Amino acid sequence: MEHSSLAGGFTDPPQESAQAFRGIMRAMACPGTICDVAGAVPPAPLSVAAGTVLITLADHDTGIHLAGHYNVQAVRDWITFQTGAPLVDATDAQFVLGTWEDIDLSNLAVGTAEYPDRSATVIVDLPVLKAEGATLKGPGIRDVARLNLPDLEAFRRNATLFPLGLDFMFTCGARIAALPRSTKVS
Amino acid sequence: MYVAVKGGEKAIDAAHAWLAEERRGPVDVAELSVDQIKGQLKLAVNRVMAEGSLYDPDLAALAIKQARGDMIEAIFLIRAYRTTLPRIGGSAPVDTESMSCDRRVSATFKDAPGGQVLGPTFDYTHRLLDFKLAADGDVPNAPERQSDDSSKPHIMSYLDREGLIQPEPEGAESPPDLTREPLELPADRALRLQSLTRADEGFILGMAYSTQRGYARNHAFVAELRIGTCAVEMYIPELGFAIEIGEVELTECETVNQFQGSKTEPPQFTRGYGLVFGMSERKAISMALIDRALRWEELGEDNLGAPAQDEEFVLYHADNIQATGFLEHIKLPHYVDFQSELELIRKLRREAMGCNQQQEAAE
Amino acid sequence: MTDYNFAYLDEQTKRMIRRAILKSLAIPGYQVPFASREMPMPYGWGTGGVQVSAAVMIQEDVFKVIDQGADDTTNAVSIRRFFERTADVETTETTTDATVIQTRHRIPEEPLTADQILVYQVPIPEPLRFLEPSEVETRKMHALEDYGLMHVKLYEDISAHGAIATAYAYPVEVEGRYVMDPSPIPKFDNPKLSMPAIQIFGAGREQRIYALPPYTQVVSLDFEDYPFEATKADHPCGLCGSTDSYLDELIVDDTGGRMFMCSDTDYCGARRAKGHVGAEGTPLQENAV
Repeated sequence: MEHSSLAGGFTDPPQESAQAFRGIMRAMACPGTICDVAGAVPPAPLSVAAGTVLITLADHDTGIHLAGHYNVQAVRDWITFQTGAPLVDATDAQFVLGTWEDIDLSNLAVGTAEYPDRSATVIVDLPVLKAEGATLKGPGIRDVARLNLPDLEAFRRNATLFPLGLDFMFTCGARIAALPRSTKVS
Repeated sequence: MYVAVKGGEKAIDAAHAWLAEERRGPVDVAELSVDQIKGQLKLAVNRVMAEGSLYDPDLAALAIKQARGDMIEAIFLIRAYRTTLPRIGGSAPVDTESMSCDRRVSATFKDAPGGQVLGPTFDYTHRLLDFKLAADGDVPNAPERQSDDSSKPHIMSYLDREGLIQPEPEGAESPPDLTREPLELPADRALRLQSLTRADEGFILGMAYSTQRGYARNHAFVAELRIGTCAVEMYIPELGFAIEIGEVELTECETVNQFQGSKTEPPQFTRGYGLVFGMSERKAISMALIDRALRWEELGEDNLGAPAQDEEFVLYHADNIQATGFLEHIKLPHYVDFQSELELIRKLRREAMGCNQQQEAAE
Repeated sequence: MTDYNFAYLDEQTKRMIRRAILKSLAIPGYQVPFASREMPMPYGWGTGGVQVSAAVMIQEDVFKVIDQGADDTTNAVSIRRFFERTADVETTETTTDATVIQTRHRIPEEPLTADQILVYQVPIPEPLRFLEPSEVETRKMHALEDYGLMHVKLYEDISAHGAIATAYAYPVEVEGRYVMDPSPIPKFDNPKLSMPAIQIFGAGREQRIYALPPYTQVVSLDFEDYPFEATKADHPCGLCGSTDSYLDELIVDDTGGRMFMCSDTDYCGARRAKGHVGAEGTPLQENAV
């Protein structure tokens, strides 16, 4: 095994997870804003940011679905050891992880009318993350924001489900940006 | 000229110091020890454990001492401590059938295998103040007899054999836990029972009493009330079997309630259930009555609109820590909101009186 | 206090609260259920706010707590001390220096910035609760976006009193979807609810968290012919002379004499430090308190 599942977690969990969460929260509160999120050293192909999000937010109570080539032994072992989170099918997942090409959005939980929060958060590792490309409008954005989204139509469709829908986090290296269901893209 | 007073921090410190002095009481009287509370105020300790949802007589006794005998305050101390404890795992269900009983009574049968055992009950004491106790607490030894190792099967099992009591389905592998998940309605029976066993004794006593007086009466007979100790076992995956990790004292009450039948099922009795930490029979009986009242829907009964049938009403208002916190918070400053009301009412009065004057002038 | 984890809560509890906060930011105005913990302070005294503050707090934060707009009210003092002890964070009374502000019943007068987080203590998060006591029913109403009951209530106010008779906890509509209780702030503060800072509302006893991301569209409910009006006592502050801050009314003598002063003690103090003096005030001196 190249990467030990015992390594790559936080060395000081209370402090590091607090720091990481502030970056994640800022990203979710201000869609399109790129924030730093680091602390974890996960096995490939996970980015530092994606790994950090998982150890900050996931535990026994949250099912994780690994899509496509993220579903490999090293990643599974690392997640199991670091978070204790059960690895589940896409339909039951609270967190879904993969590249844009690997993830099938059609099977994911979008919440219910009474509990729209019971929906999946999709963590998409991108090769590049930059504040240009698609136009983002909505809560958390003063005028407009821009982000290099991997698609438009999928996110447009997701926003029409509001208040149901998926919430996305885009990770690249040690950086994160988010696109909640409340954001309108064009 | 006005100079604003600033003294919050000092006032708080002074209040805490005074509180500590008041707790200690007159220093020429010996201080209460935690062991004294644990040994001599055991029913108070039991209540704190039951409503604090933590079986630890030493901590409960300490909480009573620290709370100056204010039971809800003591329960609060235990709850706040409990929530910081890591959860190592879940125990196996306790087997109350093999309880080592100190007390066991049935109201539905004159006698039954295992016998009726009164135990240390207040039931037949005459409630006359015992002035001797004020001076001298020595008591003669109670008579003893050889411990009775005969099995004490649940009284319900005799009804069960004849098919007279509705069977209960097996519960879930891990029951829900309202201390870990937000309460969601409708709540299943296991969740309701968890809520009731840690509920305020006074609240559920009043609720249960209301069912007896006709607000969703369900004709309860106490089939059995048993108090005693039960082993707690936990399955250890590394060992491959369950081991005993301790013992708890429990009070269990099963009630036989009005029967029902349908076109497909012959008539059967139904049941209510109560299980509480410690010797807490008032609580266990109350719990069984409310449990039964809350089952109206599952048993196909009418909703009579009685408070004890309203799961949302009962579950949302049974917790004395939630209730007392919110109730008492109204003594905190609210002058900002009150100010906004003051302005509104003055404005409305101005407008109303202005209208009246205009009307009078017109007339 | 080393017996407890950073900011008191254990990590598992923080993760649970953090997940709820993220969903609340993704669905502005929707109340996310969370498994509120029993805190070492009573329900109704800010346990929701304290749990949210504990879940967002980092060591570098500068923490401010206000109750009724004031830093020195006893419960504000108590909560500030709690975080000094359990998180060892720096605290402040100066709004502009704070990175996290926990509040009960007020929004500071000083406009907040994108680098700040405002955490509200919420007693009853459900804006429809006093119109419909059942949680099962109000949840359905939110799901169906059925807010008729609220409009009827406001309309009945107008027919009875000639005005909407709600002075605080004035309901708002968020992004044209959820009706939300802004916590019991005076309606004077409602127009500030759209702001650059992240706002998170924590209701501990009722087990709900909801949020407003920066610049979220927040509209106070009203009618075209009875528009919403942010009101305050029609006086200047007696201490600093401010005419645009929310005022407390004090009874100052046995004959019932009144004076008005800023509810936001930091705002008032800062003005006085700059030399503003109201009719009943004295020029601010160092160590005057």
